[in-house]
Amino acid sequence: MRMVTQFLRGRKPSYVSLALVVVFLVLSASQRANALPAFARKYGLRCSACHESWPMLNYFGQKFKDNGYQLMNDRDAPIWQNPGYWPITLRIVPMWHRVSTGKVAVDTGTGVQRITTSGFDVSGLDILTGGTLEKNISFLLVPSSDNLGSFHLESVNARLDNLFGSPWLNIKMGKFELDNLLSEKRIMGLTANGGIYQLYHFSPVGDGNIFGNMGDNQLGAELMGHSSNDRTRYSAALLSTTGGNPGLPYGNAYTGFFAASQAFDTGKMGVDRIGAYAMIGQAPTAYLTTGSSPIAGSGMGNKSFHREGLIGQFYFGQHFDLQVVTQHGWDSAWFGQGYGDLIGGAAGNNNTPGTTLPAGSQAPTWNGVLVEPHYIYSPQLLFFGRYEGIRMSRQANGSNSATPSAKNLGNISTYTIGYRYNPFMTSRAGFALHNEYNWLHQDGTGPMIGLSTTNVNSSELLLGFDFDF
Amino acid sequence: MRTSFLKGSFGVTAAAVLALANISWGQNTVYQENQWMEMQSHIGKFTGHAAAAKSDYRRYCVGCHGEIGDGNGENFPWLDPKPRDFTLGVFKCRSTPTGTLPTDEDLFNTIARGLVTSNMPQWNTFTNQQRADLVAYVKHFSARFQNEKPGEPIQIPPEPEITADRVKAGQEVFNRVQCWKCHGVEGRGNGPSAATLTDDQSRPILAYNFHDETRFKCGTSDVDLYKIFMTGLDGTPMPSWSDNIKPDEAWDLVFYLRSLQPMKSKEKEIARQLGLKPVNPNAPAAQPPAAQPPATQPPATQPPGSQP
Repeated sequence: MRMVTQFLRGRKPSYVSLALVVVFLVLSASQRANALPAFARKYGLRCSACHESWPMLNYFGQKFKDNGYQLMNDRDAPIWQNPGYWPITLRIVPMWHRVSTGKVAVDTGTGVQRITTSGFDVSGLDILTGGTLEKNISFLLVPSSDNLGSFHLESVNARLDNLFGSPWLNIKMGKFELDNLLSEKRIMGLTANGGIYQLYHFSPVGDGNIFGNMGDNQLGAELMGHSSNDRTRYSAALLSTTGGNPGLPYGNAYTGFFAASQAFDTGKMGVDRIGAYAMIGQAPTAYLTTGSSPIAGSGMGNKSFHREGLIGQFYFGQHFDLQVVTQHGWDSAWFGQGYGDLIGGAAGNNNTPGTTLPAGSQAPTWNGVLVEPHYIYSPQLLFFGRYEGIRMSRQANGSNSATPSAKNLGNISTYTIGYRYNPFMTSRAGFALHNEYNWLHQDGTGPMIGLSTTNVNSSELLLGFDFDF
Repeated sequence: MRTSFLKGSFGVTAAAVLALANISWGQNTVYQENQWMEMQSHIGKFTGHAAAAKSDYRRYCVGCHGEIGDGNGENFPWLDPKPRDFTLGVFKCRSTPTGTLPTDEDLFNTIARGLVTSNMPQWNTFTNQQRADLVAYVKHFSARFQNEKPGEPIQIPPEPEITADRVKAGQEVFNRVQCWKCHGVEGRGNGPSAATLTDDQSRPILAYNFHDETRFKCGTSDVDLYKIFMTGLDGTPMPSWSDNIKPDEAWDLVFYLRSLQPMKSKEKEIARQLGLKPVNPNAPAAQPPAAQPPATQPPATQPPGSQP
């Protein structure tokens, strides 16, 4: 407490006053909400029962999800619900944020300038509904919009749970999140770069493969199983290689995603978990065209890609935990040369018959790590941080290429710190005062200055009211 | 310069929230937190400490059981049955005689197992140490655990072999001690007294329907079922039958009750082969001399199947 006081004394009083006023207003407004978040109100459990800090799941919440949004007692049946039960949750974040992007190409001055802007804003909207259609048949439906109100279906899936009475057999079909233990859909961050895991979306510079983005919800079917206490988990999913885009816009290609993990009772430390994942797939590089435009669904010339890594969830008592994910990625040399998603425009080249790769082309590879510590002061207050580092280990344009790439081209380092404070904890609504700062650095992706590419630094500071009901 | 100001404001706001979170915590806590916080539990090699479970209780339990463990959490109005009032020190699932405190292991198992036909889920995601700590925390709410020792677990003879005679004898016990008054002649929880049942807080309570569930309130095994009616479910109308049923008869009753459950079982197959019909309380053979029904639960109506 004394340290806090000294810290506060070191600042200009007006800023301290401003901060205190903001916090006071938040606290004084912390009345019980009348509306109910979908699952919490169904079961009468507080957000904290399933979430380390919502939306991030804790172990109990993960088990609830793995059971098909069921607690596995008779209260799972809809018949137990009060007629006032409203099985829909809406989540949105009004915010103030300041975004600063370096090395933006402009038509004035030196041609390169940092652009910084700030102001009040809103996030996109998530409409979440899920639960059980019948005992052991569950569903999730999430229409989601950007902050202009343009909707898409983020998640649409139904799941047959506990087939033959066994938790080891659950089958899901539709559009769903891959079985990433560290879920991007439940990420702590809200800033543009801190609100995603860079590791789950990384592509080398100039790469045309959007299909290996583990963070995107994908269309497919999943076989998933777990032990009764969820200590052991596995998942095997067969996905259409569409990057989660509906309507079969690409071609006949499939991707597999596999994950397995084992948790251990480490006594006073908690339940720690280690696991591994692999995403292995093929994606088209060639398309028929009409009027020079690619025809949707005509994709062919499939080429391979894969990502694999380890994951660890390490708990050090009740207040501190560390989430770790590693990744090794590999894309076919064709993707590295800009073939792949020609429909969406991520790729610029079409692998028509007779096309050959330029001399010196090679399959790009990279390695990355994500480390995210959490300090849980109390169920109502969580501090989080994150470091992500991604380093190219082989560029698509090798040393024999006419235009060899720098070894560090596309490397990313990003840091995020923040906290979430929930002024109240009930089973009816969620509200978090969210404060976050993110800084991202990428090598070689800025405009050319002279004969060399430049690095880009971006940062964002965000203060938001994250609420759902 | 501007950036450093903004970064600074981030830190200042964080510190302010941290400071106020302390105040908020203190204001929300009504219970005298330190009272009996030295409470321990002992389950096998694990020693639980109440103080260590404070955070887990606040995270997982307080919404139903309340800050002071009186079962008056924010969800109290909507839950049925109501959350347990820990301050009373009365627990349903015990291995100890009726009226006595449960063992630490009884509470430890209840947390992991959850309670069917209630909102209490299975908390088997906790480590054993977490559960042991929570047992100590649950105990610290009640003065009974300060002043009394847990009861001695009842003696349970080895489970005998399942036979047709035992299943049939079990049905006779079911009829003799008038289980049907609450549980119904078919064990569907619809006996003549079912509508009048209340718990010790005078709140309506349902009799168990054997046809609905594969699990019992206090476990899944034959031994668990044996313990339920030989120790009673304290705080509910379900009494202990240890004075009315001999241990060997208790096993007969276990086998008969198993035959009522929905899943396949040897007992169910035997009952089918025997062609067991629901008990008829008015049949002459079903009126043994020594049996006594629960004193507090007189039949409100004629039992189903009775003749005018």
